Amino acid sequence: MNKYYLDHLEELESEAIFVLREVAANFQNPVILFSGGKDSIVVTHLAKKAFYPAKIPFSLLHVDTGHNFPETIDFRDKLVESLGVYLLVGSVQKSIDDGRVAEERGKNATRNSLQITTLLDTIEEERIDCAIGGARRDEEKARAKERFFSHRDDFGQWDPKNQRPELWNLFNAKHFEGEHFRVFPISNWTEMDVWGYILRENIAIPSLYYAHERRVLWRNNSWIPESEHLQIDENEEIVTKKIRFRTLGDITITGGIESDADTLEKIVAEVAAMRETERGNRADDKRSESAMEDRKRQGYF
Amino acid sequence: MTTQTSQLLRFTTAGSVDDGKSTLIGRLLYDSKSIFEDQLDAIEKTSQRKGHDGVDLALFTDGLRDEREQGITIDVAYRYFSTPKRKFIIADTPGHIQYTRNMVTGASTANAAIILIDARNGVVEQTKRHSYIASLLQISHVIVCVNKMDLVDWSEDRFNEIVSEYEAVASKMLVKDVHYIPISALKGDNVVNRSENMNWYMGAPLLHSLETLHISSDINKVDARFAVQTVIRPQSEEHRDFRGYAGRVASGIFRPGDDVVVLPSGFQSKISRIDFDTKELNEAFAPMSVILSLDSDIDVSRGDMIVKANNQPEPEQDVEAMICWLNNKAARPRTKFSILHTTNEQKAMIREVVYKMNIDTLERNMDDKEIGMNDICRVKIRTTQPLMIDSYRENRTTGSFILIDDATNETVAAGMIL
Repeated sequence: MNKYYLDHLEELESEAIFVLREVAANFQNPVILFSGGKDSIVVTHLAKKAFYPAKIPFSLLHVDTGHNFPETIDFRDKLVESLGVYLLVGSVQKSIDDGRVAEERGKNATRNSLQITTLLDTIEEERIDCAIGGARRDEEKARAKERFFSHRDDFGQWDPKNQRPELWNLFNAKHFEGEHFRVFPISNWTEMDVWGYILRENIAIPSLYYAHERRVLWRNNSWIPESEHLQIDENEEIVTKKIRFRTLGDITITGGIESDADTLEKIVAEVAAMRETERGNRADDKRSESAMEDRKRQGYF
Repeated sequence: MTTQTSQLLRFTTAGSVDDGKSTLIGRLLYDSKSIFEDQLDAIEKTSQRKGHDGVDLALFTDGLRDEREQGITIDVAYRYFSTPKRKFIIADTPGHIQYTRNMVTGASTANAAIILIDARNGVVEQTKRHSYIASLLQISHVIVCVNKMDLVDWSEDRFNEIVSEYEAVASKMLVKDVHYIPISALKGDNVVNRSENMNWYMGAPLLHSLETLHISSDINKVDARFAVQTVIRPQSEEHRDFRGYAGRVASGIFRPGDDVVVLPSGFQSKISRIDFDTKELNEAFAPMSVILSLDSDIDVSRGDMIVKANNQPEPEQDVEAMICWLNNKAARPRTKFSILHTTNEQKAMIREVVYKMNIDTLERNMDDKEIGMNDICRVKIRTTQPLMIDSYRENRTTGSFILIDDATNETVAAGMIL
């Protein structure tokens, strides 16, 4: 017997694919912002499905802070090769070397906000008119107000109080020279939807998401991995724990949680039972109540 | 676990200032256990700092910094929660500033609308406005929540009085499926859990109603419509002969072998295959995103519409529609706009304003022809090329359009074809 309705993951998938095809039809030089995190992996997977049997008509853009998990870079390179897409890398180290930005100081220093300059410079240099991102509205309160097609002025800035109204599925992609769009195909997905979809589609993700033994220290309520970039205080101690990461960002600020979830099924079960938001382990959002809004206004992802 | 197959329900919430809308949304999220511990901690701290009694659930829906500072909501915000039965998307629309514009935006994708009424005040002008917008945007289900029942001693008589008042208002509009629920968002009565204070109410609490609204039949399954987004032509050896049309089924059902017509050219063909990813499908229905291939080599491009030969929309250059004006700048007479209808973009001009709707009194003003922010008007539009239209009442996708100001690129109006 046929059912003539889609379940929620099928409907979200169809919506995201519609959005990705609108991008292909409306822009000259669109890229997918690829971080190696699960959300950008899902967006890339959706792009593959949207255009098959043709190739993905977008390049991938990785804004490389230089503070990566090596596993993320391996994963990125293999994916790029299997899809046959072009990889653009914007280097934060280069922005620092060129004097475009200055490194933050202190033990909580991160290169997170430095990415904004590198991203905007790359967008300008490569004449990118649309950057597709994996941001979701459920992640953070400023993102709850984000459009699918989000206009950026010629300084790359977001004006949250003056956004174009977005009705039905009619997306206004019109822009003047020098302006660009950020497009968020999985706006309406929750963390649970992303995991449910990864499980249903059996999408490959970096090993970091699975529980594994790692040398870590306890800081800001999460397990921060040991790395060459980590400054360790006297009262802090490196221990070995079985952990996994719920989100992937810079190695210096991405905290893991203790977990035994070493299969997708177990991860989904764990996420379903989880009582804290996923960005709760991200030091970049803890700086102030409007940390995300402030970064987004300036041109953050 | 919530990864099971479940349907998606999109709803919008409407209420005047202080009707308790934010509290209601906070209550839905809180009682359905969709608020995480760290979010709750943040709200508890803020509540204490501001000197509120207990946890102020309304704080959960505050977004931008200006909104928190001024205690108001500026823009549509989207919230998500799920129960084992359904996944929900709430379009949370602000109560005052630019109200019409925001509610129209939120309502455009909604299956259902919650309209809040303060039990002490009953049906007020804004209630009429919210209901009119819900009917204009053809939201299939309306749930009227009579809130703050605790402040009218949980009175059944008061509730019935408001139901009658609302029925009088609704009778003048096209509101299809109306439900009434007496609630107290603040105390939690009849939101997620059944009220112990109102044993006289025999119906279901709000969440249960949202979980069981019958939405499968809301989609038009009769008129097959498929607007082409982009042409798929792989530049690879393996798929060299593949030429498919990517799009999302707007309504109806398509199957391989169907006789179809491509509009506006009118060329006839047959569907040779339907693909999605690596799978070949034996049918596609709304709102599936697929690729259609035709068995003849005809010219098809973005903006064209593939429909069944025996059921075609009207190609029209003169379109009569209700529009909602969304821009600060008033409409200038005889300005040219870009009109975006499905994936088809043309130029258009507003030829005539037939009347302006006073959405507080529901009276038509035939004399005032100025179109400004938040105005809802009946207009006659002329386009440079024909649009393949259906009436909005029959088809939300092929009956809707937006107007874009070519000078600013801003979306200035939303239109519903009559």
